[in-house]
Amino acid sequence: MSRFKHLISIDDLTKEDIDYLLSKADSFLPIAEEKRKLKILEGKILANLFFEPSTRTRMSFETAMRRLGGDVINMTSQEASIVKGETLADTIRVVSKYVDVIVIRHNLEGAARFAAENSDVPIINAGDGAGQHPTQTLLDLYTLKRESKLDGVKIALVGDLKYSRTVHSLVKALMLYKAKIYLVCPDSLMLPEELLEEVRAERVEIEDAISEVDALYVTRIQKERFPDEEEYKKVAGSYTITSSLLENAKEDLIIMHPLPRVDEIAVEVDNSKHAIYFKQAFYGVPVRMAILSEVIEWKRD
Amino acid sequence: MEERLTISKIKEGTVIDHINSGKALLVLKILGIDKNSKETVSMAMNVESKKMGKKDIVKVEGKFINEDQLNRIALIAPSATINIIKNYEIKRKFKVKIPKKVEGILKCPNKNCITNTEREPVKTSFSIYKVDNEIFAKCLYCGKKLSELEDHLE
Repeated sequence: MSRFKHLISIDDLTKEDIDYLLSKADSFLPIAEEKRKLKILEGKILANLFFEPSTRTRMSFETAMRRLGGDVINMTSQEASIVKGETLADTIRVVSKYVDVIVIRHNLEGAARFAAENSDVPIINAGDGAGQHPTQTLLDLYTLKRESKLDGVKIALVGDLKYSRTVHSLVKALMLYKAKIYLVCPDSLMLPEELLEEVRAERVEIEDAISEVDALYVTRIQKERFPDEEEYKKVAGSYTITSSLLENAKEDLIIMHPLPRVDEIAVEVDNSKHAIYFKQAFYGVPVRMAILSEVIEWKRD
Repeated sequence: MEERLTISKIKEGTVIDHINSGKALLVLKILGIDKNSKETVSMAMNVESKKMGKKDIVKVEGKFINEDQLNRIALIAPSATINIIKNYEIKRKFKVKIPKKVEGILKCPNKNCITNTEREPVKTSFSIYKVDNEIFAKCLYCGKKLSELEDHLE
């Protein structure tokens, strides 16, 4: 029996749920690595409903579903704008009659939960506005588990901690694993007040933290957040990960990034043993295989 | 004693007492009492009270307000007491309880929340919790946390 029907927010999962999913991802890892097909979801169809573009997440879900032997249909953001006259509720009511699972990316917060209320089949949230993106959080946790450690990990979150939803869900999940969290960011991009109340974290300069931490989680600082180009360049430049910064790093430090990266990690770092971000993106496949097999199973019970 | 001086007893209906002073108008709003209401409603504001210093009182004649609706009052007046009156006598008396969840009473201030879209068939939904005697609400859709709930009544 499945542990949950929908996956809307990481907050809906217990630590046991997360551990269970991560170990389930382990069992799918060889399939994803060897690019094989396991036909456990044969005959099942996944619908990607992307009201906002996100090629990487969509392709990762599609890969995961196909590796499990299932089929995929897509609604792109252009098509979404064509059906704009229709309510989300109606779109979900219709599509949930066609398919076995729906993956949704939407520009409004709470859209995934609302979709779940109107759906006969499991809904997986692939990002709703500035809200939740639980599958990203799970793959981040999985990366830590595989490449470093989860329990008591020392991790520095770097860059835009105010607007980055991946950071917001990740810090909450990290609390479950008693992680030691360091915050590295400009004043204007600090973690929101609401989260600071819940999370134990210490604000530091990156040069001071680099020799301490097991992992760096780097996020993109977006130009739109700054009043002018000059200010942006100044701030963004001071949070760039370079080879010289890494000279003082622990031997087994890992560098993570939810991607796409612009220039917050210098290209020279890509070849270092610390660079894990492309592997991290790959881990999205076994993690999403675990999630899909879990929620679709639910329907059969 | 003061009460009696201010508003007369009612024969049948609901008396809401110990409302935090100044909140009586909001209580009426929560109960859906407005210019179209037919009930006889009396209200007293800033009445002296031993317990509260000053308090407000609302009496609604001929209307028995259900408990669910009354509990919403707790959002703005957590110490309110409810008296159900029948034939001039108090039939039941109880304190409001803070509801765990309210639907369609508070409005989410997050413009980007799904509950603020016009055409979707969605009702606002908040979980209610208390920290150090102050009441907070959390949007069950977008996660937005609210304090000062009276500023967010629909």
